[in-house]
Amino acid sequence: MELTDLNLQQLQEQLAQGSVSSVDATRAYLDRITATNDNYNTYITVCEAEALAMAEAADKRISAGDAAPLTGIPLAVKDIFNTEGVKTTAGSRILGDFVSPYDATAVARLKQQGAVLLGKLNMDEFAMGSSNENSAYGPAKNPWDTERVPGGSSGGSAACVAARQAVATLGTDTGGSIRQPASHCGVVGLKPTYGRVSRYGVIAYASSLDQVGPVARTVSDCALLLQGVAGYDTADSTSVDRPVEDYLADLQGGVKGMRIGLPQEYFIDGLDPEVQQAVEKAIETYRGLGAEIVPVNLPHTDYAVACYYLIATAEASSNLARYEGVRFGRRVDNGKGLIEMFCSSRAEGFGPEVKRRIMLGTYALSSGYYDAYYLKAQKVRTLIRQDFNNAFDQVDLLLTPVAPTPAFKLGEKVNDPLQMYLSDIFTIPLNLAGTCGMSVPCGLTGEKLPVGMQLIGKPFAEATLLRAAYAYEQAGEWQQLRPE
Amino acid sequence: MKLTREQAAQVAKLARLDLPEAELSKLATQMDAILAYVDKLNELDTDGIEPMSHAVPMDNAFREDQIKPSIGLERALKNAPAAKDDCFQVPKVIE
Repeated sequence: MELTDLNLQQLQEQLAQGSVSSVDATRAYLDRITATNDNYNTYITVCEAEALAMAEAADKRISAGDAAPLTGIPLAVKDIFNTEGVKTTAGSRILGDFVSPYDATAVARLKQQGAVLLGKLNMDEFAMGSSNENSAYGPAKNPWDTERVPGGSSGGSAACVAARQAVATLGTDTGGSIRQPASHCGVVGLKPTYGRVSRYGVIAYASSLDQVGPVARTVSDCALLLQGVAGYDTADSTSVDRPVEDYLADLQGGVKGMRIGLPQEYFIDGLDPEVQQAVEKAIETYRGLGAEIVPVNLPHTDYAVACYYLIATAEASSNLARYEGVRFGRRVDNGKGLIEMFCSSRAEGFGPEVKRRIMLGTYALSSGYYDAYYLKAQKVRTLIRQDFNNAFDQVDLLLTPVAPTPAFKLGEKVNDPLQMYLSDIFTIPLNLAGTCGMSVPCGLTGEKLPVGMQLIGKPFAEATLLRAAYAYEQAGEWQQLRPE
Repeated sequence: MKLTREQAAQVAKLARLDLPEAELSKLATQMDAILAYVDKLNELDTDGIEPMSHAVPMDNAFREDQIKPSIGLERALKNAPAAKDDCFQVPKVIE
């Protein structure tokens, strides 16, 4: 057994017993990253010296009896989190040389607990994408099959966990960016309720949808990492001032008597038969564990992708206006003047998908089209949220597939943006509604590709979500999947 | 056709993107397909439905008006492509 085989909970125990040091564990991960990063392209930046210094400090803290739950645990974060003194690119050329002057709150909380930060993970540029192919630093690869995408936009965060290049990671999820790659890589990923984790210092894509969350090997590990970053933050005006539950306290409570809804609109033609089979088997497992399975309806599901691509792009066009080549980021000055400098810096700094979304969002917000597109989408968003509210009047949780297919091949969808967008059809509605959801491994296809199921909880019901996921994980045969 | 090449050029101008002709035409075609798809929202009657701008209902979040430490000039200017005399430097705006 190698040190990198220990999950978060196991490493935590060994660190507490003194049988393993954080420095040893950190070295093991750094070695593994060196040996495998060319294959997977998961890390954009590796913080070797900083990580070892953090590990040494963690070991001192542990021997002094001052350990927090994440002290000494080697973690990595998506390259969208500002990290003081470390390059933070958001997967973009325009931030290729950007060294952040401060820490995102989520990163600061990990540091306060004495966690070790191994580095910054690959992602679709500005979190826009479902395959990681929009990264300016080349796509991360799926460790189950390196000819396939790891999913996106937090593809690096999910692939890194599957490849055992960190104990666990943080990602962000705007339309499925944690859950879809977690599903494609066979790991556990959780998108908390909007407002549960601070977005301060997380480079913004679509501010009313973005949310920070954990990716890990097990449900318990996911709970531990969420516990470490969740909570109110005065620096994020949209974070919610509400106590954080103890996510581990009730984890083993089981699902007996729990009402689990199956949204009929999610089990559609076009769903890959192997995905459907795996999810149906999971439903049977829940039935066997004593949950009550209830059909429900989310009638506006079919409108979610259209709604999302207006709201998210509108917000993106506004958020990304800050990259103008003056205060930070790449400047391309053609000597023609200020506005011309803005225009060429942005044209050369942004990749095609980011430009496409900025253009779409600018159009949706422009005079004469605002009511027809942006306002219309905001009203449809209300209808989508009402669907979830109505469903949650009848059930405690919803269970669906995460993605219509397993991981697709690199290059398969790059030339058809709309097809790429439609791969997020089951994950997008949650972000619009603002509720929480997670991806839990529930099978392997004949080609040995992981399949994930999505559990959806009421707003701020992360504890219930984790409890149900844990019950399945313990009962099922898909614990801690790993590629050969 | 929802979006002409001329309209796309106008949007690019608003978005401060200097796009070469070939890129602009390709984008216009792709945006046109996406706009045709999002048109499906018009199947829904949304009269009387309140627009939703945020997932969590919230009031303005005010904090105490207190002076707190900030990152300071040196760190604030460190990532600037050009800086001079404690200021961000830009191409000449007025002749």
